[in-house]
Amino acid sequence: MIELQDAAYGYGGGSLLSDINLRLAPGSFHFLTGPSGAGKTTFLKLCYADLQATSGRVTLFDQDTSEMSRDEIAHARQRMGVVHQDCEFLDHLPLSENIALPLTVAGRGGVEQDGNLSELMGWVGLSARANALPPELSGGERQRAALARAVITDPDVILADEPTGNIDWEMSLRLLQLLVELNRMGKTVLIATHDLALIRAAKAQVSARVLRIASGRLQLAGADL
Amino acid sequence: MSALSGLLDILKGDAQADRVVPRRGHSVRLTLFTSGAMAFLAVFALALSLASGRLADRWSEALARSSTIRISAPAAQMEAQIWAVLEVLEQTPGVASARALTEQEQRDLLEPWFGPDLPLEDLPVPRLVEVIETAEGYDPDGLRLRLAAEAPGAVLDDHTRWRRPLVRAAERLRSLGWISMALILGSVAAMVTLAAQSALAANVKVIRVLRLVGARDHYIARAFVRRFTLRALTGATVGTALGMIAIALLPSAQEEGGFLTGLGFAGLHWLWPLTVPILSAITAFWATRAAAFKTLRSLP
Repeated sequence: MIELQDAAYGYGGGSLLSDINLRLAPGSFHFLTGPSGAGKTTFLKLCYADLQATSGRVTLFDQDTSEMSRDEIAHARQRMGVVHQDCEFLDHLPLSENIALPLTVAGRGGVEQDGNLSELMGWVGLSARANALPPELSGGERQRAALARAVITDPDVILADEPTGNIDWEMSLRLLQLLVELNRMGKTVLIATHDLALIRAAKAQVSARVLRIASGRLQLAGADL
Repeated sequence: MSALSGLLDILKGDAQADRVVPRRGHSVRLTLFTSGAMAFLAVFALALSLASGRLADRWSEALARSSTIRISAPAAQMEAQIWAVLEVLEQTPGVASARALTEQEQRDLLEPWFGPDLPLEDLPVPRLVEVIETAEGYDPDGLRLRLAAEAPGAVLDDHTRWRRPLVRAAERLRSLGWISMALILGSVAAMVTLAAQSALAANVKVIRVLRLVGARDHYIARAFVRRFTLRALTGATVGTALGMIAIALLPSAQEEGGFLTGLGFAGLHWLWPLTVPILSAITAFWATRAAAFKTLRSLP
């Protein structure tokens, strides 16, 4: 599904990530942890081809990302749900249209959009905010909306960058529960987080591998988690 | 996205795709105003070009089929030379008709320069013979030789010397009109490109979000292309309408204008300005499309 082979990324002569080898098998659940600035976001960007590895190989749905056209990358992203750390939205569109945006750009609007949307907005507790504009939302609401937007297309893979960074513990657990349920439905999940409590809560429910980025390299985290 | 399917998409529209790009921004007014102003100018360039064309055709046709023979001779010999010239002309192939201008006609010709009551009989004014050619025309060199032999005071003026530069000037004016049209369309393209680039630069965040949720470049470009094409079409339609009204309100050419032709459209030529909004829209379509894809390719 997503595979990194000896992948490395650097800029300005320096190396941020190196010798990254990882295969995200279908239905797997991974956590990615590490200190701030370790390269978690960069790692995720390599996974959805927002960045290209400076060496090595990144494969997305059996295609080498360095050989994919822009349309192929866009098509691959339609099969992925990505929760970005900065939770960017289209500020001129109401929240409901922002959450439905992946369906809209994929030409899957209409009935499918209406059905999934109201259910999903209710699940993340944003039904009452459907007509609000993104700048009117709190940090927590934005993150819940970002997660709803990431899963509305029923993607094969979900990549989330600090998805619980701005929300309370109760809502964090609810979002985690959603991700666990999606994983049980066969979805592949990769969450970058520094929230160890969240990782422990997840490990109680699902078989998850925990990876750590340290000194630019990927390691399997120890039993301390 | 082929050009044809792209244009069809523009006409068909996609309400949801249109909404993903915010409508705010000065590029809206810029595009509307500039395309309108350019269309207004294009209508005048078109009118100039078509009027010059008519002028060139008229001069070319009217002057090419007439010529003049000027007879300078002592008063005692004048009548004999006129008859000799008319006899030569009667026998010249390619001459449809010939007649000597009357004294009154000559007086009318000279009146604008010398005023009324010109004592023509007291002045050594040459007499003029008007020659109308057939479609095939006559051989001017042969006619000159025969005139030199039969009427030494007769000089043939076949209008060639001054007809050619006039026709050439009118044709050049017509070409300049078309070049102006091309330059105006080029300016529309440049203006729309700048406005589109400005809009794209102002919407980098929007483009980034769309790319990250899986939007293809065609989808994003289409939203911008449709918007700018429709703006250019709207602005150019208004500008063309105003230009046509202005042309229609121009005073018509007066009789005193002589060779002048009215700057305007005649008959079916009134349909020509209707192509201006269409050409503006097509130009805007290609310009925005090129700008959009160039910008999109520079983003991840």
